[in-house]
Amino acid sequence: MKELICIVCPKGCHLRVDEENGYAVTGNSCEKGAAYGKKELTNPTRVVTSTVRVEGGKRRRVSVKTSRDIPKSRIFEAMALLNDVSLQAPVQIGDVVLADILGTGADFVATANCPKE
Amino acid sequence: MQNSSQKNQFDVAVIGCGVVGAAVARQLAKYRLSVCVLEKENDVAVGTTKANSAIIHAGYDPRPGTLMARLNVRGVELVKELAPKLHFPYQPIGSLILAFSEENMNTVQVLYQRGKHNGVPGLQILSREQVLKMEPRLNPEIKGALYAPSAGIVSPWRMALAFAESAVVNGVTLKRNSPVTGIQKVEGGYCLTIPQGKITARYVVNCTGVDSWATASLLQQPPYEMKPNRGEYYLMDKSAGDTVHHVIFQCPTEVGKGVLVSPTVDGNLIVGPNSEPVSGAGDTGTTAEGLEFVRKMALLSVPGLNWRESIRNFAGVRANTNIDDFQIRELCKGFIDVAGIKSPGLSSAPAIAEYVQELLLRSGLRLLSNPDFREELPEPVRFKELSGDEKAEAIRKNPLYGRIICRCETISEGEMVDALHSPIPPVSIDGIKRRCGAGMGRCQGGFCGPRVHEIIARETGMPMEAVMQDRAGMAIVTGETKCGEGEA
Amino acid sequence: MKYDVIVIGGGPAGLAAAEQAQKNGAKKVLILERDQVLGGILNQCIHNGFGLHYFKEELTGPEYAGRFIEMLKGTGIEVKLDTMVLHITPERQVHAVNPTDGYMVLEAGAIVLAMGCRERTRGAIAIPGDRPSGIFTAGAAQRYVNIEGYMVGKRVVILGSGDIGLIMARRMTLEGAKVLACVELMPYSGGLNRNIVQCLEDFEIPLYLSHTVVDVKGKERLEQVTVAKVDENRRPIPGTEMVFDCDTLLLSVGLIPENELSKEAGIQMDRRTSGAVVYENMETSIPGVFACGNVVHVHDLVDYVTMESQRAGRAAAAFVQNGEQSKGRVLELVNGSHVNYTVPQKLRLEQMPKTVEIFFRVSNIFRDVEIQITDGKTVLAHFAREHVAPGEMEKVVLPKVLAEKAAGDCLTVQVVDKE
Repeated sequence: MKELICIVCPKGCHLRVDEENGYAVTGNSCEKGAAYGKKELTNPTRVVTSTVRVEGGKRRRVSVKTSRDIPKSRIFEAMALLNDVSLQAPVQIGDVVLADILGTGADFVATANCPKE
Repeated sequence: MQNSSQKNQFDVAVIGCGVVGAAVARQLAKYRLSVCVLEKENDVAVGTTKANSAIIHAGYDPRPGTLMARLNVRGVELVKELAPKLHFPYQPIGSLILAFSEENMNTVQVLYQRGKHNGVPGLQILSREQVLKMEPRLNPEIKGALYAPSAGIVSPWRMALAFAESAVVNGVTLKRNSPVTGIQKVEGGYCLTIPQGKITARYVVNCTGVDSWATASLLQQPPYEMKPNRGEYYLMDKSAGDTVHHVIFQCPTEVGKGVLVSPTVDGNLIVGPNSEPVSGAGDTGTTAEGLEFVRKMALLSVPGLNWRESIRNFAGVRANTNIDDFQIRELCKGFIDVAGIKSPGLSSAPAIAEYVQELLLRSGLRLLSNPDFREELPEPVRFKELSGDEKAEAIRKNPLYGRIICRCETISEGEMVDALHSPIPPVSIDGIKRRCGAGMGRCQGGFCGPRVHEIIARETGMPMEAVMQDRAGMAIVTGETKCGEGEA
Repeated sequence: MKYDVIVIGGGPAGLAAAEQAQKNGAKKVLILERDQVLGGILNQCIHNGFGLHYFKEELTGPEYAGRFIEMLKGTGIEVKLDTMVLHITPERQVHAVNPTDGYMVLEAGAIVLAMGCRERTRGAIAIPGDRPSGIFTAGAAQRYVNIEGYMVGKRVVILGSGDIGLIMARRMTLEGAKVLACVELMPYSGGLNRNIVQCLEDFEIPLYLSHTVVDVKGKERLEQVTVAKVDENRRPIPGTEMVFDCDTLLLSVGLIPENELSKEAGIQMDRRTSGAVVYENMETSIPGVFACGNVVHVHDLVDYVTMESQRAGRAAAAFVQNGEQSKGRVLELVNGSHVNYTVPQKLRLEQMPKTVEIFFRVSNIFRDVEIQITDGKTVLAHFAREHVAPGEMEKVVLPKVLAEKAAGDCLTVQVVDKE
């Protein structure tokens, strides 16, 4: 039995996950919590947010996120990829900044607009 | 003179640009002399000048006959005369020394007599009722007080900056980042070593505050010992600024000089200091014990102080010596040592400058008055102090006055840009703070810091990494993100 | 210039208030924003976790702000950026400046205050020691890293476990810094549990509860901080000191509503929230002046800021159209046992809708408790809670029919053990 705090929403439910019985989750208040409990013990994933360089814009950096969660173990590898990215303004929310991060199928997408200078 | 200063030869070299060095430089600028000021830091007024009680003392404290007594009273007159000409904030709000016991009342009597002897105007001994009427927030247990209407409050760094700027616009050469590491007697004067090379001067004035003994000793050991001590302070939010309306002192006793509570010229409340012996000028840290002492003592005078309104703690080191007077003398022929400038040094600064001039004259320096000397400085724009119509007019002339960068103190980008193009342009965030007041308020630069940082970089062409918080080495940012330098 | 509603602040609170004011019949609506862009502090909150309640999906801060900025398009709501409000008057005049319009005196039918909050500083908590560079409030560091693109240090200690501090622990780590410790004075964290997991535990950053910073060393840049355990009175315990060699100290030690304009205008303030005292519709003590979001009380979730601000926006629109209404019977909300504050602080029964949301914070962590609303004699309403904590704002929904039953003029909100 493993105890976890659910990070799906700000509520922070205290989950108990039974590793020996098919990762059955108790203590959750919703279905997402149950799914999180199982996943956290089998294949933990996170959404990663950061920034990338942008040229010719009103700002020098624009914020990005992974379009969906990626394996927790690959966060730093994914971060390193951003060092080599430099966008050209304008940038729109949702623009794909870097497709298929490390073969995970997730993209880095812009989360802010950056108009031209 | 132009040629000689290019060759690093001067009539007078002033070492140190705190309030005393700046006042001396300005005094000498009134004469046809080539003068340089050597400041070890990247800005002026960053030693004891920036961290003290910011009080212009009336002059009842020093014992009659001392240099301190004479220069303090004269200093008050000069500060009053210079403030409107040089546009530094000064308010003669008067001071009260509170007596909590009959013994204290005796001290008040002694100080009253001393003050009369020193020539302090308008002194009065007030009853408990009179005092409480003037200051209803004071401890009702008081017995009475000495009232000194000529005492006041000042912005110490803006006073020093004004002196220094006035010196520079009148032809004095200011060299920053120029610590003096060697002094040699040479034919007809002295040769001073700074990192950039050698400076020769016929006369030298040492105004290096807590470091004065060390500086003078590069030439010859002076006849006093440094006994620096540190004072810790609270600076309270403007919401507490009208708690009292005079400088509130406590009676000096054998245990100490007491803790003061005073409004500041910026509308805050300053509370402090304690007094602890320290080893040197760098010991400007605060301590839990020191701050606790300050709180405890201050509550004696003003029981209602709310420490939750504190926006900053700081500590300053005073240039005390083992002798209870200023130590100003010609140490060697043509070398004037200005040392032991403890309280009331700030109040005395312009009078010290006059006295130094007198010593230089006695030492043989010829003083021909400089016909081009400009007594006054142009008045800087202080946006928040303007009326609505004046604000509108200011923005019409320069739209940057309409962009408020420091929201707590209402300081505009225009004022910062003005400062960055002033005679002594700042190179740090705190340099802007001292000149414009940005970052002085309750958020302590949390909001405006990054924007001020950018404005400095933009106006000076410095890279962001080179802009310091204050002195050299006080880096703010360590590099850019997304450069692949992470080591995770 | 005359406007129906002037909203001061273009962050999440101001955007939601303006949008709702316009939607509910205010014709000329103006937002005054001091920054060069709308969105307020959300622009630098690039992490995700926003919008789960309001949009039912997880957004980053800029995306959340972006949704509201998008909503303004085509509404005719006017926006003045780069504009600082200098004064407001009880007669609902707004004095403001910007570089293009100069000094403006604007007349408003109603004003909505949405200026947000600021961070507590080192001075506010009196951390002793040297005064080197490298000590930042977490929000200032966040701006440098996320907006300006500059790193503020390499080896970091964080004081305070509020959400911004936790978020910055992760952010600095992802950008290559080493975060040595997160130090919290209280025996519990002030941040959300999920942030402790995904910002500290994910990166093996130790959290020291009941600890504080007792000394700071460094003549130029920060070199060292000393951390010590504290006793139950929050006094450092000698002999428990730990020394961290670091070049950066981030402070996440609380937020304070920014109410200088409100105070200057003479609006009645609540010492506990440091914000204005408000009625059920977010109206302050000055008729026609409303307040919402972090300027009223510090929220943990922007979703609730939005909902509260929409209420303020609607009320501002109603005020402009219907004028001042009679107060009628006013109930005062009193903080009972273990309740630190409530918002609103006052309810006007005549103007109360069918239900009203009451936000409050508790003073400690409790399990299995009941939130009660009583008139001193009778418990009018009660709500069960499995878990409450000071770091998590609580909310109950009080029906008007129950409030009307109150004997006397006070309603006490209290936390009691469940029987």
